[in-house]
Amino acid sequence: MRFIFKTSYDQDIALAKHGGHRFWYGLLLLALAAAPWTLDEYWLAQLTFVLIYGIVGLGLMLLAGFTGLFSLGHAAFLGVGAYTEAVLAAQGWPFPLSIAMAALLSAAVGAVVGLPALRVKGIYLGLATLSFAFIVEEGLARWESVTGGNAGKMVGAMQARIGDWGWTVDSAEGFYAVCLLLAITCTLAVLNLLRAPTGRAFVAIRDSEISAQSMGIHLAYYKTLSFAISAALAGIGGALYAHKIRFLSPDQFSVLQSIDLLLMVVIGGPGSVHGAFLGAAFLITMPQLIALVKDGLPAAIGQAPGLQGAVYGLVLIAFVLFEPLGIYGRWVKVRTWLQLFPFYRRGLFKRQKAFQKSDRLK
Amino acid sequence: MQVLQVLIGGVAQGCIYGLIALGFVLIYKATETVSFAQGDLMMLGAFLGLALLSAAGLPFWLTIPSVILAMAAFGALLERLVISPILGQPAFAIVMLTIGIGYVARGAITMIPGIGTETHALEVPYRGALVTFGALVLAVEQLVVIAVTALLCALLYLLFRYSKVGIAMQASSQNQLAAYYMGIPVRRLNGLVWGLASAVAAIAGLLLAPITFVHANMGLIGLKAFPAAVVGGFGSLPGAIVGGALIGVVEALAGFYLPEGFKDITPYAVVLLMLVLRPNGLFGESLRKKV
Repeated sequence: MRFIFKTSYDQDIALAKHGGHRFWYGLLLLALAAAPWTLDEYWLAQLTFVLIYGIVGLGLMLLAGFTGLFSLGHAAFLGVGAYTEAVLAAQGWPFPLSIAMAALLSAAVGAVVGLPALRVKGIYLGLATLSFAFIVEEGLARWESVTGGNAGKMVGAMQARIGDWGWTVDSAEGFYAVCLLLAITCTLAVLNLLRAPTGRAFVAIRDSEISAQSMGIHLAYYKTLSFAISAALAGIGGALYAHKIRFLSPDQFSVLQSIDLLLMVVIGGPGSVHGAFLGAAFLITMPQLIALVKDGLPAAIGQAPGLQGAVYGLVLIAFVLFEPLGIYGRWVKVRTWLQLFPFYRRGLFKRQKAFQKSDRLK
Repeated sequence: MQVLQVLIGGVAQGCIYGLIALGFVLIYKATETVSFAQGDLMMLGAFLGLALLSAAGLPFWLTIPSVILAMAAFGALLERLVISPILGQPAFAIVMLTIGIGYVARGAITMIPGIGTETHALEVPYRGALVTFGALVLAVEQLVVIAVTALLCALLYLLFRYSKVGIAMQASSQNQLAAYYMGIPVRRLNGLVWGLASAVAAIAGLLLAPITFVHANMGLIGLKAFPAAVVGGFGSLPGAIVGGALIGVVEALAGFYLPEGFKDITPYAVVLLMLVLRPNGLFGESLRKKV
């Protein structure tokens, strides 16, 4: 057991609570920084994808996991970010500026989508975001002069040049470094947000809107803010995604992508920042795992186009039924078991039996 | 005349949306959860119909009731196995769960060798038949859809108005705890509601199959039934059908008058408008939250 002896109030909000945190996260950072030298090209690319999806997942986690508003249309924000980056990069904007623009534009779109959130909640909000995502997807497909329509759009390498001076990120290692830097910045920003009054307000809204309102939290303002920040993170992720994948088409930002993103949050562990990255790692490694076991299965199952979907569905069902706190929740249980050994009680994390809660009579 | 034809086509398509939306509404009313698997249940119903009619060679009149009964049993089983253990958890969990069910259903169908990945035509007796009223040429399939939807609505109305089970369902949808105290077996009713919803989905699948085709992704049409449910008001049974018809007509007219591409997004534009202007839908009850 670890007991933290608190000697100052700053310790309550410190990002690293004790030496163990500092040691392990430091080790993780070192490992990530050393990845270009230790991993081969393929796995480095996968790790880059994990970081990119992790950034998007952070955004969705902030919205769904911490503010309690769930969005079935997050792929639309991803798409807005990706296409903004593609268009601006083609015009020669340096990438720090164009990524900032992508984030800003996504945030603006997010704030607009957040408007229905002020009047509707729960499932209606999900449907509003779903409808919006459909409209954006169709818009991306039809606005051919800018997006290239269904034929797709090529995206160049990431570059920051003014005249002859500047540099171009065209190596996989360089791009990985940019992604890592942005992922760390975004994570720290979100962690900082969550320990600040704004983040506390988000969590209060998630737990009970009425009590949050009674304590003077302006619901409309904070909900819109949550949508905007979440969309901005998705926009940053989208911009990186555009450079990573080098080819954009509207069907990459369909509803299925939105559902994948939600799946990432649910499987990673709703309500935890770790969960965003764990979920991203799951989403990226799962197709590889499926490809590995595919050949061992009977042809009808192994070669079926729906295999991946079926596995995702089963994993999703299993997590919702047996581990609603996701991979991170499972890890917390394992950690507690180790810390309390041999005094772990089975009922420690037992899910509370809830009555059927009614939106109508609450 | 052409406009009238487009309108009737729209209404027929809208009835399908309405039938799927009816499933949402039934489940939402009873358990306050939204099932994203409704479209996939419809797909399963259509495939089951296909298997019985084409592969097993059952006569048409026998296929229809057996498909409906089998799907109803399947729905009730699904509720017992995966939905009821997590009732009372946040709505988000159940939404994800039903999305998972949909994924599994779609994946499982594609695993049937030779059948799952193809598109099929369901050989119903009235397939391809046309009727003419003066200058109006109508496909029988569309008329059947409209007629069956009307019939089903009447049946459901009678069920909820006069039968003991229907009244019990209404009670449990209004307040589960109070209904439970009154001796209504709420858990069993929830299973029944899921069975009913999947039976309705199966009917929708059997009706839709002759118009489009039977394939693994036909369930994605369920995403268009959400606008129908929202426009009608999520808790209203007649609202679902009216909303469905409205969405179908708007979509058909958009396809007729507006340039290409607008047809697919008009339902969603209508929904966004509806949510901003009148979040409770046309027939939805407006309830204030009390502390």
